[in-house]
Formats: sequence, structure tokens, C-alpha cells
Amino acid sequence: MALIDFQGVCVDFPVYNASGRSLKKRLMLVATGGQLNEDATGVVVIRALDNITFKIGDGERVALLGHNGAGKTTLLRVLSSVYAPTSGSGLIQGKLGSLIDISLGIDPEASGLENIYIRGRLLGMSAAEIKNKAPQIVEYSELGDFIEMPVRTYSTGMHMRLAFTISTTLRPEILLMDEWLSVGDEGFKHKAEARMKEMVQSTSILVVATHSRELAMNTCTRALWLEHGKIKMDGSSKEVCDAYFGPVAS
Amino acid sequence: MLSLIHARRTILQCEIINAFSLDVVRMSNSTDLGYKDVHLAICRYDLAGTLGWQDVKQRYRRSKLGPFWLTISMGVMIGALGLVFGGIFNTPMREFLPFLAIGIILWVYISTVINEGCTAFISSDAIIKQLPLPLFLHVMRVIWRNAVILAHNVVIIPVLFLVFLKPLELVAFLAIPGLLLSTLTLAWVALLAGVLCTRYRDLTQIVASVLQIAFYLTPIIWMPGLLSGRRSFFFLEMNPFYHLIEVVRAPLLGSAPTLTNWVVSAALALVGWIITLWVHGKYKNRISYWL
Repeated sequence: MALIDFQGVCVDFPVYNASGRSLKKRLMLVATGGQLNEDATGVVVIRALDNITFKIGDGERVALLGHNGAGKTTLLRVLSSVYAPTSGSGLIQGKLGSLIDISLGIDPEASGLENIYIRGRLLGMSAAEIKNKAPQIVEYSELGDFIEMPVRTYSTGMHMRLAFTISTTLRPEILLMDEWLSVGDEGFKHKAEARMKEMVQSTSILVVATHSRELAMNTCTRALWLEHGKIKMDGSSKEVCDAYFGPVAS
Repeated sequence: MLSLIHARRTILQCEIINAFSLDVVRMSNSTDLGYKDVHLAICRYDLAGTLGWQDVKQRYRRSKLGPFWLTISMGVMIGALGLVFGGIFNTPMREFLPFLAIGIILWVYISTVINEGCTAFISSDAIIKQLPLPLFLHVMRVIWRNAVILAHNVVIIPVLFLVFLKPLELVAFLAIPGLLLSTLTLAWVALLAGVLCTRYRDLTQIVASVLQIAFYLTPIIWMPGLLSGRRSFFFLEMNPFYHLIEVVRAPLLGSAPTLTNWVVSAALALVGWIITLWVHGKYKNRISYWL
């Protein structure tokens, strides 16, 4: 049983190195990011998420929509419990996996195989588990003998293929993504697409931040529209997409 | 028997947390003691080990001698300092060089752990902002990395003992609990420094300067016997670094550390950890915001 339950979650970022405070105040009028405020001691505070309340249950596929700076990435980070809410409370039940930065922890000087171990460890796999899965990962990523070479000798595509394969080995109950992952050349792309679909299917909850109507409509069942750190709309993906992107001209 | 059961339970708890560490997360801005974070980090010691090893390997990836370059440069430094200061203080080399070598090797370990502890969170910001790993793990990584380097440098000590035909006495084994006790203290200093330096970035520079001064105030390149009376009280008994070094150095040089050395080292570890756990518990949720 996977569950995400957020009750009035707020996230305030203090900005200690903001010297031009008056300039920042003026920026309040320009409405791109969250809301800028000052706390009692005069430190500039950015309210990135404001009173977010929602509940996501088993089987839901949720798209996070919103302009740049609306709070999508921050919300994903709160979901992955990197940021603790400044106020409010959240409950996350279920094994969490994130495909937000799949290259995290990859050391360019180490060989592909060593990187499978480092990255696998970071993702919480045990040494035995990685040892079991390493041959599959090597085979799937189609790197062949290059797996023994330092990653810095890889092309960008090969690098991404390796990172992608390691990260998609896990089967979490709650999956967080920032846009759909698409890697490799034409041949690998199809394989990767199938693997992503399979991974998404096996998770109970998917939360994906996206700018793509297609993704929100086809993969997701529900959408949250964030604006200035608040939920502007919460509903079925069709309803929200029609409101956010405008109705489809049929 | 009771303690055995308790120990078993702790191991079991560790396993459970390891397997399901992310299964239920309750988030709020409430503060608790930093104990849980430290416990979770210790349960994942293998990850800290992997990352720490990786750091050492990365630094020496394309060199033939690898980390033994550290040993060589350390050996050269000890030799040079030994010649100069042994001459100045007019101390026989057979006595001075082992003293100096052990002191400097320990000092490099102590000061690097503290200095790198200051940036433990800052330099791991990419990981901290992506993965909900226990924060103390990043401090453990710093400690492990430096313990590996220490192990490389330690090679110099038996070589010196051989060269001067100085016997290693049985009391030398006391250096092992001594080193563990010192490391226990270093761990909280590094964690506390990490938390505070992430919030106040200037502190990193202040810590570095203080450590530089402490190097000269602590008997490492000069022998404690040179001081007497009130001076000896201020520079030795009141100097925490002296006790941290002495619990390791004294046994290696053939005498047990004094009771004061042990008591001060143990008290430092105990009191320091209590304060640090309190501070860490209060601010650990803020660290990712400060990065």
C-alpha cells in the first residue's frame, strides 16, 4: 500500500546572500517565482510551496504542471524527503525511487562497472544485489567491452545509457520523475521507452513534473497545476490539461 | 545476558531500517535528537565506505604509486622537519624523529578531518539535494577517507622504529583504543563543524586558521618536556589536541597515557556528542535548505 498524504505543506527558502534586498522586493511584483518575503530578522525568504494539501493513493499517476518556478521541482524534492516542510506535515508510505538526476554519483574516472557499484549503492542496493544485476545491466546498456573503460571515454549517449540502465533497475513503489526520460539513439530509444513503461506500470504511484500535454494526458490519471507555490487546480488530467494548455482544437 | 539480547536487538533494528528505511516517512518541521540520523548513517556504513574509498581512488586514479605519494611526501616532510627542529632543540634523533613522525601523522589526520568536516555537507550538496540519505553519512565518508590515508601514512612509523632499532613495547597496543577514542571525538567535531559551516560559510576559514595556530601550540614539533610549571599547564593540560594525540602517541613511544589524558579524551567525546546530537537534531532538517 503506497500513500502520499500532504497536509498544509509550506516550504520557505531563506536567502542569506541576498544583498540587494530592495531589488528583491521589487522583484516581488514580477511574477515568475514563488513569493518573496522577509522574516522577522530581515532575511529574505522565498515561499516556494504554500499550503499544499493533497492525497495520492495506490494506482494514481500524477502529472505536476506549472510554469518555471511554480514549485514543481521543490515539490518533487519534498516528496523525496530531501526538504522537510517548514510547516505542515507530510506522510509518505512506500519505497521511494527517483529518476530526477540519473547521473548523480557517476565518477567519470571510474570504469563503467565500478560506476554500477557506486550508483547502485547510492540507490540503496546491497553489494550482493548489485553483483547479481551487474551482468544484466552491462548487457542491457549494450556497452560491451567499454564497461571496463573509464566513463570519461564514453560518448554522451553511452554515458546516458549506462546511467539510465542502472537507475531503471530498481522497482520502487513510488516513482518520482522530472520529465519523461528518453535516451540513446534510435534503436536504444525504443528499448528504453519499453523499459520506462514497464517501470511505470510496476509502481503504485507515479509523480512526474512535465511540460508535455501528451505525457500528462496519456500516462497520467490526475494532474496538479501549481502556480506561485500554490495548487491552482487539482483534478483529472483531462480537466486540468484543458484548463492549463487550453482546450484542444479538434 | 541482557546486554547480549540488547545487542542482538540493535543489530536486528539495523537490518530492518536498512531494508525498509524509506518505507514510511513522516515529515514535519518538528525537531528531535540527532540520534536517529546518526544511527541510520551508521547502519549504512558500507555506503560511506564505498564513497570514501572512491574519493581516495579518484584523487590518485592515474598515478602509478597512488596514495603512497602521500606516504612519500609525508616521509620527506618528517625528515626535513626532524633535521631542522631536532637540531634547534638539540634532541637526539632517535628520540625526536619517532615522536615527530607520530605527532605529525596524527595531526594531519585530526586537522584534515575537521577541515573537511566543515565542508562535508557543502561538497556533497548534489547528493543531499537528490537522495534522502542520513546526513551523518557524509561526515562518516570524510572520516573514512582520512582513515584510509592515515593507514597509508602509518607505514612510516614501523620503518622509523626499525631504522633506530627502537623496540615497540606491549603497551603500544593501547594506541588502538586511543585512536578509536580520538576518532569518536573527531566525529562529533566534524559533524558540528559541518552543520555550523553550512549555515555560516565564513566559519570554514576561521576553523582553518584556528587549526593552524593549534598546530604550533600543541607539542608536535616540540617536545612537552621543554615546558614547565604554569606554561605546561596551559599548553598541555588545557589543550584538547594534546590529549587527543597523547592517547595514541604515548603508548607507541612506550609509556601508557596518563589518567588525565584518558579522562579528558573520554569526557570530550561524551560531552561533545551530547551537545552535537542536540544541535544536529535541531538543525538537520535545515541543512538541505542552507545548501
